[in-house]
Order: sequence, then structure tokens, then C-alpha cells
Amino acid sequence: MQGLAVQLCQETPIPLEAAFGCAAGEMLALVGPSGSGKSTILRCIAGLHRPERGSVVVDGEAWLDRSRGIDVATHRRGVGIVVQSYALFPHMTAIGNIEAALGHLPQSQRRDKARELLALVHLSGLEDRRPAELSGGQQQRVAVARALAREPKVLLLDEPFSAVDKVTRGRLYQQLAGMRQRLAMPIVLVTHDLDEALMLADSMCLLQRGRILQHGKPLELLQRPATVEAARLVGQRNIFPGRVLEQRAELTILDWRGRQLEVAPQPQWAPGTDIAWLIPPSKVVLHRRDRPSRGEAENPVMGSIVAHVALGDTTISTVKLDGNETRTLTLQVRTYVAERNKLGIGEQVALSLLAQAIHIMPAAAPRKR
Amino acid sequence: MDTSALWLSLRLGLLTVLILLPFGILTGRWLAYRQFRGKAIVEAAVALPLVLPPTVFGYYLLVAFGAASPLGQAWTALTGQPLVFTFQGLLLASVIFNIPFAIQPMQRSFEAIPAEVRDAAACCGMTPFEALRRVELPLAWPGILTALVLSFAHTLGEFGIVLMVGGSIPGETKTVAIAIYDRVQAFDDAAAAKMSALLLAISLVAIAVTFALSGRIGRRRG
Repeated sequence: MQGLAVQLCQETPIPLEAAFGCAAGEMLALVGPSGSGKSTILRCIAGLHRPERGSVVVDGEAWLDRSRGIDVATHRRGVGIVVQSYALFPHMTAIGNIEAALGHLPQSQRRDKARELLALVHLSGLEDRRPAELSGGQQQRVAVARALAREPKVLLLDEPFSAVDKVTRGRLYQQLAGMRQRLAMPIVLVTHDLDEALMLADSMCLLQRGRILQHGKPLELLQRPATVEAARLVGQRNIFPGRVLEQRAELTILDWRGRQLEVAPQPQWAPGTDIAWLIPPSKVVLHRRDRPSRGEAENPVMGSIVAHVALGDTTISTVKLDGNETRTLTLQVRTYVAERNKLGIGEQVALSLLAQAIHIMPAAAPRKR
Repeated sequence: MDTSALWLSLRLGLLTVLILLPFGILTGRWLAYRQFRGKAIVEAAVALPLVLPPTVFGYYLLVAFGAASPLGQAWTALTGQPLVFTFQGLLLASVIFNIPFAIQPMQRSFEAIPAEVRDAAACCGMTPFEALRRVELPLAWPGILTALVLSFAHTLGEFGIVLMVGGSIPGETKTVAIAIYDRVQAFDDAAAAKMSALLLAISLVAIAVTFALSGRIGRRRG
């Protein structure tokens, strides 16, 4: 079997109960808040942390299998790792750092191979610089080249982009994406940045307190989280309770505190089921005051703006709805649209909830006190 | 000047440092990286010679090395010689009373190496021994050298313990520090002054080297 298969279980030092796979050439993002166990999972794959129970199998070869007493030492596992601080060897030059990971080659071939890897990350000419003489982005690229030097069977990236400025980060994203076709091994990326996962990863595991809440395609996970908990973790704000009223051929009808909502067909929910639903803030459409727009009839709601923040190109407005719903609705519009419509605190607005964007989930479990 | 005492001191200092080098690296590294129950007690035991009066320390060593002790008896059975009032006994005492001077700087310098850098060495495929040789020692050497310099200088100057364990046998256990005391007792101020100036110079150089190296440790981490 090609690829990586991981299964981990422990109670201390942080609880962990996770199982997932990552195919060769696939990039899997582990996403979750700090303390959710994502870095610990990476350390287990690298053999830097030993879980109470579990296994790590790479291309059919067990690196860890606690039930069979197998625990291959880190230096014998073929892993390449890039961490947030890069952990370069400060006393070695850029090329020396890469050569340090080429112990599997004869001495005579190491220098050439290291040069080739430096060229791959566009650092030719900086061979003799020490890490302290390199910029953050350059250090990151040396770390990537060093991680690839062993021709690892698994590439592990632990928040490798979080210590550089935004412009550099954009360039490093491009560079990594450009290198992807050369990387035939499973790649596991740990990040707390959903956009990063969305941009780079093929699949994504959403982690909370050491458990995988959901595993799927990043976009799918962001737009269609399986539970309210997952929805909150991916930053969805418009989560409301409701009940399925009726299933029609190409519509599902919801009751939302006395209001009827028409939503895209999700026939798996039987009429009468209590559910939760969400709509992304960008799918709440503002009606223009001067002339009605075509979406007018689609789940219209009215309310007044209670908070209003412009964040550069986009503006986030919080709306107190007329009717029985006490929770506020958040909408996101282009800032010029907000200005043209003179949105501001206290203003009345007419909105539509786009039927295609409404996603149904199981009703939220009561929050633990 | 008592040159035989001077040579004896130099020999004692060098041998002490040679024994402490591997011992200090292993123990200092162990204390730096491992967390275990009772670590504070081990660290306190390591530091104890710093605060114990030399005569008290010397007294216990004398008891522990003596013909009545298991250690003394085992040594005599093995070598046919007593451990007290011999160079070998003095060397053993010297190694023991230099433990804090050797281990503490080494421990600090290993602690200064980020755990991630050590992890990176393993992920680069280095065996633990290769990681020690290629990553840890090159990063920790200022602390290791500091430890050796301090131990050496301290060996030359130690008086109380040497007198208790070694006595003052010329050519066997009479070190330069004891020779100075001897010369003063004999009203030979010129010889005492010469040897004192020499020890002063060695101590000054040792401290200067130590300060210069600890400055280097700081820069390395930057």
C-alpha cells in the first residue's frame, strides 16, 4: 500500500484519538486551534513523540506499531520536516545544512546534490551564508531543501509559513505549489490558517481536542461542515436552529422560528427533524434601496444594522433581524457596495438568504457548562 | 620555587580535566535533556561541593577513601596500594570536588541548544552519536571549554581537600597550593611570592577565557 496510514491514541500529555491516511503525492492539512494536537500528531509520525497506542505505516512498512512493539528510531524513518522556527543548524552554512541531511550519499556526491537542491528552492549563490545571514523566507527555503534532501518517504510541514511576512508568504506558497508535481510522497501540513489549507491542500482534517471532527476536501469542509462544532471551527458565524418542514422535488423547506426558508434540496433530512443550518456571510445578499433586485423573492428577511466594520475591500455588517430570531445575522459585502447603499449602524436593510448556500447540519448538542 | 610541586599540580589538573571531559559531557547532556523525578536532588548533589567547607568535604572523602571503608579496601585489594595519601587518591578527590565546575557549564550549554534543532538532526538521518558530534558539540563547545578551564584552575588552587586527602608528600601529593603554605611556614617569602603570582596569573587567564567564551555562547544563539 502506497502512502501514509496513521492511527494514534493516548490520554496524556494531551488526549489524542485520531486515524487518517494520506496518499502518495497528496497534501493533507491538519487544521485546528492551538492545543488540538496537530503538532503532536506530526511528532508521532516523525518518531519524536511516542503515543500510548497506535501505528504509523508508510508504504506498507510499519514505523510504529505499539501492539507489535515496533518503534523505528527517528533517524531511521525517512522523514523530512520543516518547523515554524526552521531549526537550521546555526553553525553550518546554507549548503552545509543541506549536506547534513545527505548522509545516505557518498561524500563525493553530496556537494553537487546540495547545490541542486539549493537551485530547486531558488537560493543559488547563497551557499556559504549562515542561517543568521539569511532572511526569514530564505531560511524557510533552506529548511525545505534540507527536508527534501533525504528523499523522504513522508514530508512533514509544521506551520512552515507562519513566521514570515505576508508578501514573502505569498511567494513561498507559490513556490511550494510549483514544486508539488516533483513531490511524490505524502505531505502533511499542520496549520491553523484555513485559507492556507484551502490554497495548498488536497484534503483536510479538522481537529479539536485531539479528535478529528471531519476529514474531507478543504472547500467542502469549509462550506459544508458536518456538525455545528466543525462549522464554528471553520469560522462560520451564521448558524441558526431550525426544523425540516417538507421535502419537495427540488427544494427542502425549513422552519426558522416561524419563518419559512427554501433551501437547496438536502433530502436526507426527514420532515419534522430538528436541525441547525448555516449560511456563509458572503451569501447573504443585500437588496439595493433604489431598485429591487432579482433575488428579492429568495428567502427575504428584514433587520437593522447593529455593528458595521470595514476591513479594506470587504465590509462586515451585523444585523438584528425583525421577528423571533434573537441571534444576529452577519453579512459580508464589498465595501463600495456598502458605501453606495449608505450602510451604517441603525439603518434598516432588506436581505436575501441564497437558497443554494444554505447548509443543513444535525441540531447542536446543548453546550457544556 | 618548588618545581616538583608545580609539575604535580599541572599533572593533577590535566588528568582531572581529561577524566571530567567525557563524564561531564554525558552527565551535563543527560541533565540538560531529561526530565525525571528527583532531578532537583541530583542537581543539588552536583552543586554541593560549591557550598561545603573544603575541610568538611575533605574529611568525608578521607573517611570514604580510608582503609576502613569498602572503597579503600577494594582499591587496596585491586592495586595493593592505599587510596589515601597517594596521587591516585588525590586525583579521585580532585575529580569529585570539580564536578560542579565541570558539569554546570556543560549542562547550561546543552540546554541552550533548542530541542527543535536536535529533532532536526534526527530527522536529517543522523544517529544520536552523529548528532552529538556534528550538531551538539559544535554548538556547546564554549560551555565545555569553560568547564575545563574552570576545573583546571580550581584544581591548581584547591588547598583544604588536598591537605586532608593527600597530606603533603613531596612528589606524590604536595601541590603548588600546599607548597606555598609550606614556604610561608618556613619564612621563605620569595618562593611563596613567586608561586602565588603564578597561581594568580593562571586564575586571571582562566576567568578571562571563561568570560570571553560565555560571550560567544550568547552570540551563537542570536
